[in-house]
Amino acid sequence: MNKLMTAADVVGQLRDGMTIGFGGWGPRRKPMAIVREILRSDVKDLTVVAYGGPEVGMLCAAGKVKKLIFGFATMDAIPLEPYFRKARQAGSLDVMELDEGLFQWGLKAAAMRLPFLPARAGLATDVMTHNPALKTIASPYGDAEVLLAMPALNLDVAFVHVNRADRLGNTLITGHDVYFDQHFARAAQQCFVSAEVVEDRLELDAETARFSTFERSMVTGVVAAPLGAHPTSCGPEYGWDMKHLKTYSDSAGEESGWQTYMDTFVNCGAGDYLERNGGAERVSQLPLPTF
Amino acid sequence: MNKPEFSLAELMIVAASEAWRNNGEWLASGLGIIPRLGASLAKMTHSPELLMTDSEAYLVEEPIPVGPRGDYVPKYSGYMPFERVFDCVWHGRRHAMIGPTQIDCWAQTNLSVIGDYHKPKVAMLGVRGLPGNSINHRNSFFVPNHNSRVFVAGEVDMVSGVGFNPERWGPGMRRDLMSVGVAVTDLCVMDWNGPDNAPRVVSLHPGVDFDLVQERTGFALLKAENMAETAHPTAEQIALMQRLDPHNLRSKQLKGNPAGIRTAEEVRA
Repeated sequence: MNKLMTAADVVGQLRDGMTIGFGGWGPRRKPMAIVREILRSDVKDLTVVAYGGPEVGMLCAAGKVKKLIFGFATMDAIPLEPYFRKARQAGSLDVMELDEGLFQWGLKAAAMRLPFLPARAGLATDVMTHNPALKTIASPYGDAEVLLAMPALNLDVAFVHVNRADRLGNTLITGHDVYFDQHFARAAQQCFVSAEVVEDRLELDAETARFSTFERSMVTGVVAAPLGAHPTSCGPEYGWDMKHLKTYSDSAGEESGWQTYMDTFVNCGAGDYLERNGGAERVSQLPLPTF
Repeated sequence: MNKPEFSLAELMIVAASEAWRNNGEWLASGLGIIPRLGASLAKMTHSPELLMTDSEAYLVEEPIPVGPRGDYVPKYSGYMPFERVFDCVWHGRRHAMIGPTQIDCWAQTNLSVIGDYHKPKVAMLGVRGLPGNSINHRNSFFVPNHNSRVFVAGEVDMVSGVGFNPERWGPGMRRDLMSVGVAVTDLCVMDWNGPDNAPRVVSLHPGVDFDLVQERTGFALLKAENMAETAHPTAEQIALMQRLDPHNLRSKQLKGNPAGIRTAEEVRA
């Protein structure tokens, strides 16, 4: 069994109109090497599902996003995601804006093959107003409490970036927080994983094996992508790249800024990409953020 | 002993810390420098029972100084990644202090958009965790620039966090789990403990009078019966703030880093 693929192989499987999810959180451990491959492709009309960071803004800037299902879009140190903001303010983006916990519940419902999971989050807010598809349900028990029935967020494809993987699809996430990647993996028909390091076969001690958060049976393909989360962080290996994020953010305010960004950082190979960011050594040594 | 000099930010940190008094073993989440220092101060003084994190993924019993840590090594007491924070939210033993973009007379909050939802004038972060936080546990607010663009007339543009507006609540929905703490602003401390959860001014910062707060608020305010001047930081509290904030980030949180004691003219300037 060998699930090793290239990013181009993976993106070649995407079709217009698909619903795709991205693991990670804001500017943290996003599968950016895959995102850049999507930006280079001609796939369009995507429904993007994410705890959003720069991947959301970039896909919006490139006109790939028909609908965004999200709880937020932010780069933390630069709170407002510039291209998400542009797309939103242009009124060009169809959105399903959800509470962070409802979003998790939607993924979990999909992961458990349930039509919905009940929640209180979202009741008595405009999340209900602006998402007329969200329905309430009364508890069938004595309490009769009215709850929001969060529908399953079924994904066609999920992309997750991990620290280590093997050719079988086993994965390890060794940063301080695993975020919600396991739910993305289970909510999707197919999950493709990019990894800092791909080994033939993980042979681990028990303590290290606990860094695995979902099984290889969830994984369709594995892409070797060293430094593949850049410019987002990938703890404990490297932090986010403030210089790059600032260049990216500033480009949104410049004449043909997105095209310049594409020409500089997307329409190039992985080697050129790293060179244009100061080299692999610089990127691999980007300090982890202090919170 | 001379009374210590203090900044408005330091006064607000002490006021923020009071929000977490008598909460019990709740997770205290202060988002932003002043709320976080407030939570840390609460834990180090009157409420050591509070739970607190390193603002990333671990529980700590000793609050972590803000900013670059130098040779400070955090001492972890447990694990609290985002998914477990969600568990705490839904379970209810949490009190967050956040800085919404808009707050209305019903304590409803907005972090999503300003203007029309479908083509907003300004798109902010998104509702984030506000819907779930606000319906499940106590929330307080931090407002660094008290004005009627924050404390709006009528409803906030996009209700992200629930409040006391009865029209928003349908039959059968549980509203007894929600709880609103205080709003700590650069003018005063407010709560929603008036008749029918009406907003009130609880204390005024030095040099601020009630009329000024009302002028800069988009909705009618009541005076709490025991409305007083906001408590000044003690020398002990200031010493703790210096330890918790060795790089003096608190001095950069309010425009011009105003002094804590100001004349009425200085406040209005």
